[in-house]
Amino acid sequence: MSDDRLVGIVLVSHSAAVAASVAELAQGLVGGGPEVPVAPAGGTEGGGFGTSAELVAAAAAAVDRGAGVAVLTDLGSAVLTVKALLAEGDELPDGTRMVDAPFVEGAVAAVVTAATGADLDAVVAAAEEAYGYRKA
Amino acid sequence: MLDADFFRRWMTATAASVDREADRLTALDSPIGDADHGSNLRRGFAAVTAALEKEAPRTPGAVLILTGRQLISTVGGASGPLYGTLLRRTGKALGDAPEVGPEQLAEALRTGVDAVRQLGGAAPGDKTMIDALVPAVDALGDGFGAALAAAEQGAEATTPLLARKGRASYLGERSIGHQDPGATSAALLIAALAEAEAGSDAGADAGGE
Repeated sequence: MSDDRLVGIVLVSHSAAVAASVAELAQGLVGGGPEVPVAPAGGTEGGGFGTSAELVAAAAAAVDRGAGVAVLTDLGSAVLTVKALLAEGDELPDGTRMVDAPFVEGAVAAVVTAATGADLDAVVAAAEEAYGYRKA
Repeated sequence: MLDADFFRRWMTATAASVDREADRLTALDSPIGDADHGSNLRRGFAAVTAALEKEAPRTPGAVLILTGRQLISTVGGASGPLYGTLLRRTGKALGDAPEVGPEQLAEALRTGVDAVRQLGGAAPGDKTMIDALVPAVDALGDGFGAALAAAEQGAEATTPLLARKGRASYLGERSIGHQDPGATSAALLIAALAEAEAGSDAGADAGGE
């Protein structure tokens, strides 16, 4: 990192409430660090369950500070929509990456890591490491 | 040769049959999915029809790329990025040519199907749209009628399969005995090719500009 720009985080869930709550939880666990740009993209534009490419693109644009954007998804169409948008080439900011991580644990790890000023690689790695955390 | 008009007719015929069959698609999606396949695709293809009318793309490739983009942004379910990728990649493979031959279409469609397989990770036999699309593309060399028959056969053949992708896969063996909604809608897309071909003879698109 050559300056203090933070990696942006987008949380894509089938449910607007899930995306917003996970964003709130992750930011709440940062503590006193700098405010990480986090945007939820949950549900469809009409407020139903599903994935909206428009909401995903808007969220990514909103959190892009030039240091890259990490996108976490829950399942099904959320995963496929983000992959399809990345394949499109011009719908998401440069340096946007889809993260292969569990949604809640990955979001917390990504946001906490981003708050330290870590670069995109480190944020993605921290989120992906969340898969290794066994609960039993 | 197939021009932009043919491809527009293909998409509007697909939109019409998706609209007609939406309730059936949703009914198929009820026991093994989340009962939204018909309504999602109907919304997506209605947006496609409107966009094609408004933007009037001039090449076959442009028609399919615009269609794909609309589906990705408006469907709201997994079928959006899947069909969107299928048609956008097919469109990209057709390039800027003002007209394409049936063999070019078959080759481009194969590129599109490969992209869908990569995106969703589905292989033939996983009880997905791939089970209708792969045989359809294989049969396309023998004409649109042969492709349609192959697609419908492929869709019907998903009934005894165990779902390995998407929400239906959570059901395990309980997914057996239901025809896959995605394979069924994929057969509609292939069926619309023959309708688009017939439309040019009947002049069904007269005044469509």
